[in-house]
Amino acid sequence: MLVTHLLARGQVLAQGPDWISFDVGAFVDQFWSNTFDGLTYGAIYALIAMGYTMVYGVLQLINFAHSEVFIVGAYALFFTLAALGFGPSAPNLNVFALVGDLVLAMLVAMLAAGAIAILLERVAYRPLRRRKAPRLAFLITAIGASFAIQYAIFAWRGPNPEPALIMFRQQPVFEVFGAIIYDQQIVIFVAALVLMVVVDQFVNRTRLGRGLRAVAQDPDTATLMGVNRERVITLTFLIGGFLAGAAALFYVMKVPAGVQYNGGFILGIKAFAAAVLGGIGNIRGALIGGLLLGVIGNYGQTLFGNAQWTDVVAFVVLVGILMVRPTGLLGESLGKARV
Amino acid sequence: MTTTQNPSPAATPSSGGDRRLLGGLRDRWNGLPRAQQWLWLIPLVVLIYALPVLNPPLLTTEPGTNFPIALFDAARFALLAIGLNVVVGQAGLLDLGYVGFFAVGAYVAAMLTSPDSVLTTIPYLWTLPIAMIVTMLAGLLLGGPTLRLRGDYLAIVTLGFGEIIRLLATIVGPLKGQVGFQGVGRPPGTDADGQPLFANSDGTTWYWLVVTITIAILLLVGNLERSRVGRAWIAIREDEDAAQIMGVPTVRFKLWAFVIGAAIGGLSGALFAGQVGFVNNQKFDVPTSVLFLAAVVLGGSGNKVGVIVGAFLVSYIPNRFIELAGYKYLIFGVALIVLMAFRPQGLLGARQRLLAYGRQAYQRLVGKPEQLASDNPMTAENGGDR
Amino acid sequence: MLRSRRAAVLAGGVALTLALAGCAANQEPAPGGGGGAGNRPDIPAVTTLPVPADAANPAGNGQAACAPTTTLAYAGALTGSNAQLGVNIVNGVQLAVNQHNQNNPNCQVQLKKFDTEGTPDRAPGIVTQVASEKDTIGVIGLPFSGESKATGAIFQQAGLTHLSPSATNPDLTKNGWTTFFRALANDNVQGPAAAKFMTGKLGATKVCVIQDDSDYGTGLAKATNDALGPVAADCQDKVTTGQKDFAAVVSKVVAAQPQVVFYAGYYAEGAPLDQQLSTRGFQGVFLGPDGVKDPEFVKLAGDASSNAFFTCPCTPGELVPQFADAYKGVSGGSAPGTYSLEGYDSATILLKAIDSGAKDRAAVQNYVKSYDAPGFSKQFKWDPSGELATTKVFGYKVENGQIVPVGEIG
Repeated sequence: MLVTHLLARGQVLAQGPDWISFDVGAFVDQFWSNTFDGLTYGAIYALIAMGYTMVYGVLQLINFAHSEVFIVGAYALFFTLAALGFGPSAPNLNVFALVGDLVLAMLVAMLAAGAIAILLERVAYRPLRRRKAPRLAFLITAIGASFAIQYAIFAWRGPNPEPALIMFRQQPVFEVFGAIIYDQQIVIFVAALVLMVVVDQFVNRTRLGRGLRAVAQDPDTATLMGVNRERVITLTFLIGGFLAGAAALFYVMKVPAGVQYNGGFILGIKAFAAAVLGGIGNIRGALIGGLLLGVIGNYGQTLFGNAQWTDVVAFVVLVGILMVRPTGLLGESLGKARV
Repeated sequence: MTTTQNPSPAATPSSGGDRRLLGGLRDRWNGLPRAQQWLWLIPLVVLIYALPVLNPPLLTTEPGTNFPIALFDAARFALLAIGLNVVVGQAGLLDLGYVGFFAVGAYVAAMLTSPDSVLTTIPYLWTLPIAMIVTMLAGLLLGGPTLRLRGDYLAIVTLGFGEIIRLLATIVGPLKGQVGFQGVGRPPGTDADGQPLFANSDGTTWYWLVVTITIAILLLVGNLERSRVGRAWIAIREDEDAAQIMGVPTVRFKLWAFVIGAAIGGLSGALFAGQVGFVNNQKFDVPTSVLFLAAVVLGGSGNKVGVIVGAFLVSYIPNRFIELAGYKYLIFGVALIVLMAFRPQGLLGARQRLLAYGRQAYQRLVGKPEQLASDNPMTAENGGDR
Repeated sequence: MLRSRRAAVLAGGVALTLALAGCAANQEPAPGGGGGAGNRPDIPAVTTLPVPADAANPAGNGQAACAPTTTLAYAGALTGSNAQLGVNIVNGVQLAVNQHNQNNPNCQVQLKKFDTEGTPDRAPGIVTQVASEKDTIGVIGLPFSGESKATGAIFQQAGLTHLSPSATNPDLTKNGWTTFFRALANDNVQGPAAAKFMTGKLGATKVCVIQDDSDYGTGLAKATNDALGPVAADCQDKVTTGQKDFAAVVSKVVAAQPQVVFYAGYYAEGAPLDQQLSTRGFQGVFLGPDGVKDPEFVKLAGDASSNAFFTCPCTPGELVPQFADAYKGVSGGSAPGTYSLEGYDSATILLKAIDSGAKDRAAVQNYVKSYDAPGFSKQFKWDPSGELATTKVFGYKVENGQIVPVGEIG
């Protein structure tokens, strides 16, 4: 009887669904503008993904609270810029004053995010590491820390997003394949790319970077060879925090009303998805994964006709990649990174 | 029977501080014959049933929240926690998307009974088994491909699953997003005044229903634990590779845990939908999932009584101290960190014991009731940190 | 170690500088961008509002007598992201009760406040508690449509009359509830009024209607679309609660070049939407309903909000001097907000019921059912379903960072 009930409801799908479309026309029309906008988002994902990927490479720990490291950076950025007179209206500043303000705010955000990342490592993870706690304990601690930080901000700042911060008025710069490129997109993409190249070079070319790779590859041997493991771990969290702080600048530039207590959470999951997509533990993988995810999300949004699909697509990609190729596109290889 | 019990403290291996406090009580409890245990449980169960009527002054959540409804909430949480405990505590699989199963159950009940639904409506009670079946299928669908993954990846995939369910509820037209379903059904029956027995505003009857179901589920899960399945779960939790080598079909038993946990989550969701009478997409987010996890970890994952206590605390505290309600995620987030650092086994940790024929074996071998060793997925001294 | 880290930071900064400088070069010649107030209709603000001389006053004749346990309750948001609307209402209610109790020494009505956070999942538990307290014989609330929908049956079962000062969803009065009354026009009135305002005073020939996913937004968008007809036929979009980036919606709107964007939803999403429309060069009018009309909207959207107009079935209490002054005494200095006056009028009606001798819930229900008298905001007389016989919709706009009324629009 129940089965017949369940089967007798063909009308569910028969009603022309207006909640999903396969709008190939819009997809083709907006293909290039979606691509460029997606790359901008992807660059931001990639910056945050670096934090996940490096910590994972060194500790095999999913630092679930990294999204909150990011949001702390965003709040630091918000307060700095607000103190500098930024608000919901674009300020009238000349280029040098503007760049000076933004770089200052970015530095403050990076410091704040770096500080909270190290604090997190010291307070939450180190005691567990001392005790050689199992992985699950680390993950639960990370989740707890994520929520503690998120809702501490909630208790302090309330549920609403902070007023929008407009840094400069967007201007179209040029056109490619009919898609208008805005100056903001170039700033974000180029600056994020430069930061990532710097970190990549740092890990691959410097002494400290070599130590970092050594610990990722084999912590015991690395310790025997005289690498200070704790220091490497601290350094890893610090770099991740710095990049998250920098990402905060670009994210707020792109989404001016994005500074909110839970504003980092979904972004963090997407960044983690990006890291997994590229191959967690792999710095270049984070970049590729971030950019891909940004673009795919945008395509999904246009194709299916609702902004919410961006997140669905991101999660489906995450689940799919983990199932089909858990080591990601480029493989998990912080330790094996080519020199 | 030589019942000269002299439980020498030295005999109990100590790895937690609870031995002195709760341990004595627990050892004595475990020493009791099963029949006596049952006898002791009867007044406790009666008390639990009587709670909403007694409305004891200090315990009551009024005037902030209606007490029977707060109790219903606690019972619903307990049922959820028992289900999640099968997954997290027994089999050691960290499931962050448990709220997804809860949501599926709630939506099944809503879509099959609410007049707002495009589906044909059926009597409410039928939706409970259907919700369980549908969530089991959902569990199979998610677990089948993903349970081969490493533990932490699994956590993230399940988190993604939970979010996908919520987002689909938002996007997919017939699921009605934030508008939601009103007038979700209720069990039949009216009282003397012609009012429905299971009114949305009456937590008492709903509470009794959920407590009854919870007891039934507890018995079921308890039996399962003592069976071959339960032993396989523990083997997997302790060391998956070793279990596999010893011939335990790990994926199959992990899937079992996943599916059974999912079904209980779905059942709880369907009950929730019935009591509230309204389902929309707003309460199935990740924070809720983490709250469920907090209930299990707080009480002591792997320990059924523990998780019920944990569930009660997690749902009761925000209802009792309304002023704390806004901080509940903060409080339980901090609680998770503190617990993992200082008391990873939770308030009432699980302990290792012989599961099948345990009593007889102990009696025969050592001539006294079992001595329990500490054991919990969170306290294992190995694995970890590669 | 330090050297490399500093190098990383410096390099990032330099890159940013270069990139910004490069693009900013393009920025200079372009004029101020989206400002464009030129083609925006100028509708003057109104500063006075006629109030009927015999408007019901909570003070009454001072002779009322009632039991000291007589209680009214407010149930609605007091905290959470929707708190402001609830605070506006509860201050109006508190003012009415204070004025009543001052003038009637023999009838001290108690006011209890319950916080639902404005969410349909929290409200049922709270309302159950309200209904179980026998001394409570009338309720002001609930403010939002979703929570009203989720709790109406509980009130009905308890026979407890509740006056919602702000729930606008048309379907609320179609459930057969006899205890539900609302003190304002529903969205089937507001929608057409908004449509008339857009095509009339705002002179729009092309409109984009954006809706959120709430009961309120979808219902209002439908009513508005029905009235707008072909004007908005090919520019529709949806957003979801909590959305922050509206790039897709914005490109759609900018491409369609409408004179007016009507956003059916709340200010939390409306403000960033308006702001992002502005930064991408949208030069038309942003029209929002009562859910968007909030000082918080102006705060969140900044300069962009200067293009905003609002429709609202709320009567501007700030234009009723005797009310506005007294209100500031209760609210700690802030002026009456959206639905403050409706909250005040609703409480007044329940207080009148008590003064008339109503001692239980049934008597209050009967009194309200047959009520027919002017209030400060409008004439109050309900049809059997709980809808007002006469309704008013007002227009508002943002002027110098303040929301000011522009008169009645329907």
